[in-house]
Amino acid sequence: MQYTAGTSVAGAARVEGVKYDEDIVKMFLIASVTWAVVGLLVGVIIALQLAWWPANLGLPWTTFGRLRPLHTNAVIFAFGGNIVFTGMYHSMQRLLKTRMWSDTLSRIHFWGWQLIIVSAAVTLPLGLTQAKEYAELIWPIDIAITLIWVVMAVNFFGTLAIRKVEHLYVAIWFYMSFVLVIAVLHITNSMAMPATLTRSYPVYAGLTDALVQWWYGHNAVGFFLTTPFLGLMYYYLPRISGRPVFSYRLSIIHFWALVFLYIWAGPHHLLYSALPEWAQTLGMIFSVMLIAPSWGGMLNGLLTLRGAWDRVRTDPILKFLVVAVSFYGMSTFEGPMMSIRAVNLLSHYTNWTIGHVHSGALGWNGMISFAMIYWLVPELWKRPLAHPTWPTAHFWLATIGIVLYTVSMWAAGLTEGLMWRAFDDSGLLKYPNFVDIVNQLHPFYWLRLVGGLMFLTGAIMMAINVFQTISRPSSSTAAAA
Amino acid sequence: MSDQTPQSGYAAAHRTLEGKSALFAVLTTVVILIGGIVEIIPMFSATAGPEHLAGVTPYTPLEQAGRDIYTSEGCYVCHSQMIRPTRAEVLRYGEWTRAGEYEYDHPFQLGSRRMGPDLQRVGGKYPDAWHFEHMRDPRSTSPGSVMPPYTWLHEGTYDVADIQASLRALQKVGVPYTDEEIANAPQAIQAQAQEITARLAQAGITTQPDRKIVALIAYLQRLGKDGKAAIAAQQAAQAAVPPGATP
Ligand code: HEC
Ligand code: HEM
Ligand code: HEM
Repeated sequence: MQYTAGTSVAGAARVEGVKYDEDIVKMFLIASVTWAVVGLLVGVIIALQLAWWPANLGLPWTTFGRLRPLHTNAVIFAFGGNIVFTGMYHSMQRLLKTRMWSDTLSRIHFWGWQLIIVSAAVTLPLGLTQAKEYAELIWPIDIAITLIWVVMAVNFFGTLAIRKVEHLYVAIWFYMSFVLVIAVLHITNSMAMPATLTRSYPVYAGLTDALVQWWYGHNAVGFFLTTPFLGLMYYYLPRISGRPVFSYRLSIIHFWALVFLYIWAGPHHLLYSALPEWAQTLGMIFSVMLIAPSWGGMLNGLLTLRGAWDRVRTDPILKFLVVAVSFYGMSTFEGPMMSIRAVNLLSHYTNWTIGHVHSGALGWNGMISFAMIYWLVPELWKRPLAHPTWPTAHFWLATIGIVLYTVSMWAAGLTEGLMWRAFDDSGLLKYPNFVDIVNQLHPFYWLRLVGGLMFLTGAIMMAINVFQTISRPSSSTAAAA
Repeated sequence: MSDQTPQSGYAAAHRTLEGKSALFAVLTTVVILIGGIVEIIPMFSATAGPEHLAGVTPYTPLEQAGRDIYTSEGCYVCHSQMIRPTRAEVLRYGEWTRAGEYEYDHPFQLGSRRMGPDLQRVGGKYPDAWHFEHMRDPRSTSPGSVMPPYTWLHEGTYDVADIQASLRALQKVGVPYTDEEIANAPQAIQAQAQEITARLAQAGITTQPDRKIVALIAYLQRLGKDGKAAIAAQQAAQAAVPPGATP
């Protein structure tokens, strides 16, 4: 077997008589497209609320404090989760040359996950929350997540056990770390004592709770928004570009260094807090070191495209991929920089963090997902896209949207960060009234809103395109690639 | 590609590992547990973990009810509760935060974003009536604010039995409430709430003691106060010890 996903693993559903479960892939893909629109729409709404407070509507359910967690949960766990599962179910079967171990477990996983998302969408606006970022969902939902995760893991390892291929391809390593580590993180961080059916209190107190939470929170970024997406990169980039992965050795180093280092970096969210000094120092050092495996992975991705650059100019899917991998590089350069204490002193608490988040989230997670979706839909439904020219328009809308978003948030972050700590000649605060600083940010908030709207518009175009493609009569199948 | 089919070295060894999925899974888990264990376990030790601060007290039942409203409304997405030890922050918000001040915080509410000011030491900064008006219409007290209005807190009521359930759960996770305190919570709540409504009445505001806003004001008004007093006491005690003496 050649060590690439691109050339040796055929896409057809008939390899060696194996019939892959394509329906589950389609289900997750449709869910992902749907939740993408919902999650981004909520993002645009909360962006509007910051620019123009009356958009809070004066209702408890629609205030910023309740909708912001809805946004983060929807984009990370609903959009992000479903696209990762789409890719996992699609690529695993092909990489292991076997159908999933259990179709029933696949379906329990799918419906369970969607039910969890719906219950999140109901409970968060009702103000039912554990008030820990990215772990807001109330304890009964936490238990449901654990159960569904176990179902998924059993199916995952079951499929590995019945594989027809000896060696595990690099994408599988990354998926495996996702399956295992999220389980460990989720269970440890969710330890809580229920008071009522909807309220509970974490067993950890104060800064210990904070450290456990950010150990979880940072690795939610690391093992939900990074490693599984790198798995997708290692499968789809070679597959779509038709080029073998640049370096096998680099991918080994990339994987082990990344999973080892990531887990230490949590305390960079608590710099200058009263967290014990040793923990802050560990967090900072490991975060700075993280740049090495991250950039190793980025280069492995970009160099895989060598020889395909001419096609990047014309193929929107490759365009999405190139921008995705580049933004991965950018946010993993910025992150280690923000982990340096002196830099964090300025960036922490400001919109700079928000800019960093969204250069990763929109640029890396968003763009690679869009590439996958545009590539998978014709592949799975065996018909061309209903609107073949739209992906290029989507690409430009999204790219300009990201630039507007991140640039405006960097500017806003620097503005507020510098104004908070500015002194006048007599050594007193130059802007003692906090609202004066808030009011400097409005132009940036409006600009971010424009960027967000462009990004959302692109995603809606994608959703229309996907739904029109798959709902067309299947007589037009002949053109499938 | 020469490096696609490794013959020797770590790449060849890794190739073997790729054939053993269970071992691969175990190794991955071990590798990620190291960092977690090294960082989290010492947090439970008295010497390496967060320092204790004598004089910090658990929330009263009414304050805890207010804290539950704070978490439920998601105030933490706009407000931090952590003052960093820099001159600008101390000037703006007051004494920087010590670890021991969070001892009874389940969950922690440090926050990661300052859309609004830090609230660690907001207790006592304004009269109760200011908070009452500010929560009803933030722009009435702070022109240009982007904070949403919270009018439903002025109409909605808290549930005393619910608060007792919370106290029992908090007791189980280590907050030193006695059974007696929990049993007598209704009276304690009533007494503290009436103090607040009395102060509000002096400012010309009429409201009922069972309103959510009253619990929230109780919480906001105590934020950082016990910690500040405890820090002052600690500093005074340290100053009193002659240099070189072993305490
Ligand atoms: C959209 C972000 C946002 C949310 C959500 C929010 N606030 Fe605010 N808050 C602000 C801003 C901005 C200010 C500064 C202007 C002002 O005083 O209104 C502020 C000011 C305050 C102040 C005055 C602080 C000071 O030192 O002057 C208090 C107290 C406060 N908020 C409490 C709350 C509580 C309690 C909640 C939740 C029920 C909450 N806030 C939710 C943005 C927010
Ligand atoms: C249309 C696109 C989007 C818009 C307009 C948008 C808008 C916003 C806004 C206004 C906030 C709150 C910022 C603040 O508190 O200052 C936010 C937070 C956040 N968003 Fe988005 N968002 C978008 C897409 C996404 C995507 C695709 C993801 C992830 C995959 C994402 C992940 C997050 C996260 C993790 C936070 C919390 C950041 C933090 O706590 O520091 N967003 N977003
Ligand atoms: C090497 C990699 C990275 C490092 C070292 C890193 C570091 C950091 C730092 C220092 C912060 C600011 C913490 C604070 O001051 O509060 C931060 C915030 C954040 N980063 Fe990264 N980052 C990295 C990569 C990424 C990527 C690729 C993404 C997204 C896909 C991402 C998502 C986030 C999110 C969501 C937050 C906000 C957390 C919050 O406050 O709610 N990071 N990161």
